Amino acid sequence: MESVNVAERTDSATRVSFDLTTASVRELNAFLHDPAKLAGIEQVTVLNPEGAHNLAVGVAAPIDIEIDGNAGYFIAGMNKQANVTVHGNVGWSVAENIMSGTVRVKGIASECAGASGHGGLLVIEGDASSRCGISMKGCDIVVGGSVGHMSAFMAQAGRMVVCGDAGGGLGDSLYEAVIYVRGTIHSLGADAQEEPMTDDDYAALTELLGKAGFDHDPKSFKRVASGRTLYHWNADAEQDY
Amino acid sequence: MCGIVGLLLKNPDLRPRLGELLVPMLVGMTERGPDSAGLAVFSDTIDPGFRRFNLYADDRSYDWRGLADDVRADLKAAAAAEPIQNHAILVSDVEPGRFHPWLAEKRPEVEVLSVGRYIDIYKDVGTPSEVAERYGFAGLQGSHTVGHTRMATESGVTPAHAHPFVAGEDFCLVHNGSLSNPYSLRRMLEKKGIRFRTDNDTEAACRFIEWRLREGDDLEAALVKCFEELDGFYTLLMGTHDKLALVRDPFACKPAIVAEHDDYVAVASEYRSLAHLPDVKNARLFEPVPEEIYSWKV
Repeated sequence: MESVNVAERTDSATRVSFDLTTASVRELNAFLHDPAKLAGIEQVTVLNPEGAHNLAVGVAAPIDIEIDGNAGYFIAGMNKQANVTVHGNVGWSVAENIMSGTVRVKGIASECAGASGHGGLLVIEGDASSRCGISMKGCDIVVGGSVGHMSAFMAQAGRMVVCGDAGGGLGDSLYEAVIYVRGTIHSLGADAQEEPMTDDDYAALTELLGKAGFDHDPKSFKRVASGRTLYHWNADAEQDY
Repeated sequence: MCGIVGLLLKNPDLRPRLGELLVPMLVGMTERGPDSAGLAVFSDTIDPGFRRFNLYADDRSYDWRGLADDVRADLKAAAAAEPIQNHAILVSDVEPGRFHPWLAEKRPEVEVLSVGRYIDIYKDVGTPSEVAERYGFAGLQGSHTVGHTRMATESGVTPAHAHPFVAGEDFCLVHNGSLSNPYSLRRMLEKKGIRFRTDNDTEAACRFIEWRLREGDDLEAALVKCFEELDGFYTLLMGTHDKLALVRDPFACKPAIVAEHDDYVAVASEYRSLAHLPDVKNARLFEPVPEEIYSWKV
């Protein structure tokens, strides 16, 4: 069924579209936050995003949201339940603090993708820039390309899969999040270490790659996790400042 | 926070439209920099032996043609002024070494914004659309341009503190970020006789690079020295008579996105300043990586 412009919505319409050349981001988000307006809606399409920020932020409903083009910062931040697809690139902090649902970027993502995410799945089909998954707290992130420096910095829980290469300082000050990298790692951050893959790791990768739609062999990945040497203050260490 | 934009037209047929393409880029960065705006535009239109002196005065009805008359009379040089309000481009064959002391003595109220064969500089306080309207940016023509929208986080909000900053001839720089060692750079440069116009941190970076260029470095070598000497956060976009160059600090704390198309190269802090460019859907979009030098030649 075709989408109808939200202004011409009928009672039977299940798919509506917002054209951002005429509608504002505030109108879009107010619609997405209003259970009464969302009743009966299965899909919302955003046309002509042209790099706009804050699209589909704070959505808490099991709907599909299609963003048709390149978008700006904070796309699908705090997402709960919704399945958001960006048919283009995104700026900083896509799916920041994602709680559940899925956010998929068909292009590339700028910095801090999935920052502080608690749950759900973020898929970036292209590259993600630096600080991808910084302080993630339980979400899953799958990147089809490479990630930039300081990715998964202080990541506390959740899983990050990098099908390409990882930049410098990967997993610096990691807690209990686990990182899988298929390509080369420019350098590991403090306390991050490569560990042997287990059957559980292969199962996790099979699940995540399947959900994300990538057919790489799980055996081609390596595992990076915390060495747990920073968990406790070591008064005997040379505190060289 | 600030916004930076840059556009280099590879296709000469687009050069009459440089300003028209640039204005939406600049206005797109209004939220990143609402307090002042500026741009440098490079064009090759004057005869050998002549220079473009871009001049600025606070008085919006300044007698620029009278100034050109005085240059002809006092300095025995050819001179013609193209005034726009409190800004004028004086095209003259006078040597800068003779012009600067004369101007300081006879017209101390006039500031020199830039000197060169190719560069014109416009900068002022106001929103990007106000500044663009005031100086007719939409009608500007040329091969490449560097623009900036400023949200001041240090030093004053005045036309002189607006970007681009210039040093020497046909070189300018815009900056998004903040430097932590501008004063030590400044002290080092002042000992070499280099004079500063403002207390702005970006001016230190600009004069540092121009000093390296004068010492014989090419732009790429000068930027390698920047990575060694500049401390702080920066995305820097620079223009020379035939190049745009872009670098980000080692932490890449300030954004940038590049669109490379057969007809042009465009740089901006955010994609929304590129969205209107012709056929941008077929451009190669990428985020420049930290501590890498990107440069494009006209």
